[in-house]
This record gives sequence, C-alpha cells and structure tokens, in this order.
Amino acid sequence: MLILNCPYCGVDAEETELAAGGEAHLKRFGPGSSDSDFHDYLFMRENPKGVHFERWRHANGCGKWFHAARCTQTLEVFGTYSAQVYEPPQEIRDAITAKRPGWTWRGFE
Amino acid sequence: MSEPISALNHASYDGIAKVEECGLQGMITLRGDLSDKVLAKVVKDATGQKVPGQREALVNGDTGVCWMSTDELLVLVPYAEVEAKLAAMTNALSGTHALAVNVSDARAVIRVSGSSAREVLGKVAPVDFAVDAFQSGQIRRSRLAQVAGAFWMDDAETFRVVCFRSTADYVFKLLKIAAQPGGEVGVY
Repeated sequence: MLILNCPYCGVDAEETELAAGGEAHLKRFGPGSSDSDFHDYLFMRENPKGVHFERWRHANGCGKWFHAARCTQTLEVFGTYSAQVYEPPQEIRDAITAKRPGWTWRGFE
Repeated sequence: MSEPISALNHASYDGIAKVEECGLQGMITLRGDLSDKVLAKVVKDATGQKVPGQREALVNGDTGVCWMSTDELLVLVPYAEVEAKLAAMTNALSGTHALAVNVSDARAVIRVSGSSAREVLGKVAPVDFAVDAFQSGQIRRSRLAQVAGAFWMDDAETFRVVCFRSTADYVFKLLKIAAQPGGEVGVY
C-alpha cells in the first residue's frame, strides 16, 4: 500500500484516497509544434525501474493535485511537493541522491 | 411553500454506537484566499469564529467553520438563517476574489455517538482514529467506503459526518451495519 503525504492538507493519505495522474513534469507541445514533438508529448512516457516522478490528486480529501517522487521497484517514497513547479525542488533531489546515488530521470539528476 | 425535509428525516439506529441523521443544517461553501482580512471578517460575522488553520474544525452546535482545503472553508449556520447569512457574506465579499454558495440542501449530516464511535468510523474510513491521532477540533475529509465524506468530533465520543445528500442513504446504511451489536473490534 502506497502512503503519500499530501503537501496541502498534511494528511498521510493512503492509495485509496488518492487518484493517480500519470507522469510529472511533462512539457506540452500543442498547436504549431512539430509532429514528432507532439507525438512524443502525447505518447512517450518514462517507465523506469527505480526513481520516478508522478502527479497525484488527493481526490477523497482536499482535492488538490501534487507531485510525488518514489521508487517503482520498492514503493519507497522520497517525498511529495507542490504542483506549482516545473521541476523537482532541490530538497527532493537531495533526498533521492541520499538513497539512490547517481539516479537520473528524463533530464534531471 | 413546501416544507424542507432533510435527506433521511431524522432516521436513527442504536447499536454499539448511535447513528442518527441530524436533520437540516445550513452550510455555505466559502472559497477564496484564507489569509484575506475581508474573508476573515466575513467568517467572524457569520459564525463568531476565526479562520481555522489546517484541518481545524471550530464548531459549536449548528454554527461553526471547518477547514476544507487551502482555499476552501465550510461555514455552518442554522438552517433558517442561511439565506440571510449568505446575503450578508456575498455583500461583504463583493470587492474580493471569493465565492460563497449555499450548499445546505446538497448535503446530509449524520451523528455517530457512543463509546464505540471511533470503531464504527474506523471500519469505513482509511483514517487513523487513535485518540492521540484524531481529536475534537480536527476535521478530516476522506472516503466512507465508496463515497466521499468529511467528519469531525464534537466531543470525545461523538462524530458528525457530512456527506452528499445523494449518498446519505448509502452512508447511513453503511454506518448502521458497522454499528451492529457484536461488531466491536476493540482497537480504539
């Protein structure tokens, strides 16, 4: 069972209270972009074994979206953070580096 | 004018805990910047309470205010006063980016009381109901089996559960089954 701390209401919410929102930090390529960028934006997703960044919504709770960094292999949660950011904050990256030295995910490390 | 009737019209059940529908309760959803001074004054005027902090429920009888999220409050007022309070609120908030809506008839309120009240709620919601983890003065929005609900404690043995009116029957039956005699677990 995955338990994530909602950064908005401070509740340690378990999986059944949350709704998964897919991969985090996607950059949108909309009208006017090239076909290959649009294709990648629509269809290409990371599927890592290890460190992963996701969007979650506290659906049966405060209703807010937030980000979570976790390990897909062990279900270890490195941290959760605000939805209003374009990339993982430094303290989350430091927390991951402490436990998974040398990790990379998309362009982040 | 037809007479307003609550979802379950005061249905009640006595088991290891008493489950009863509370009847009509005035409720106003107030959204906006919770640090705003105008909003704080509006809350004070309507309920006599300050703006609650994270997950705080400041409730006294059928009047009070509950923290629903970082930009949402649930204002409780007596059912008969809801229109007047809402009008005063809307008027005071006219220059502020905020929204107040009467949701009284969209909700139902159920009271669960008795020494096993924590157990009854504990069976249907994924929440830690240990005495040191959940106390009166706190509100928790969560799910009750399959539907959304919120609850707070009026005292050490009494919960008030708020759910959508459309799911009131489901929630009442759910709590009723959880409160059947012989259903004690003895965890809390």
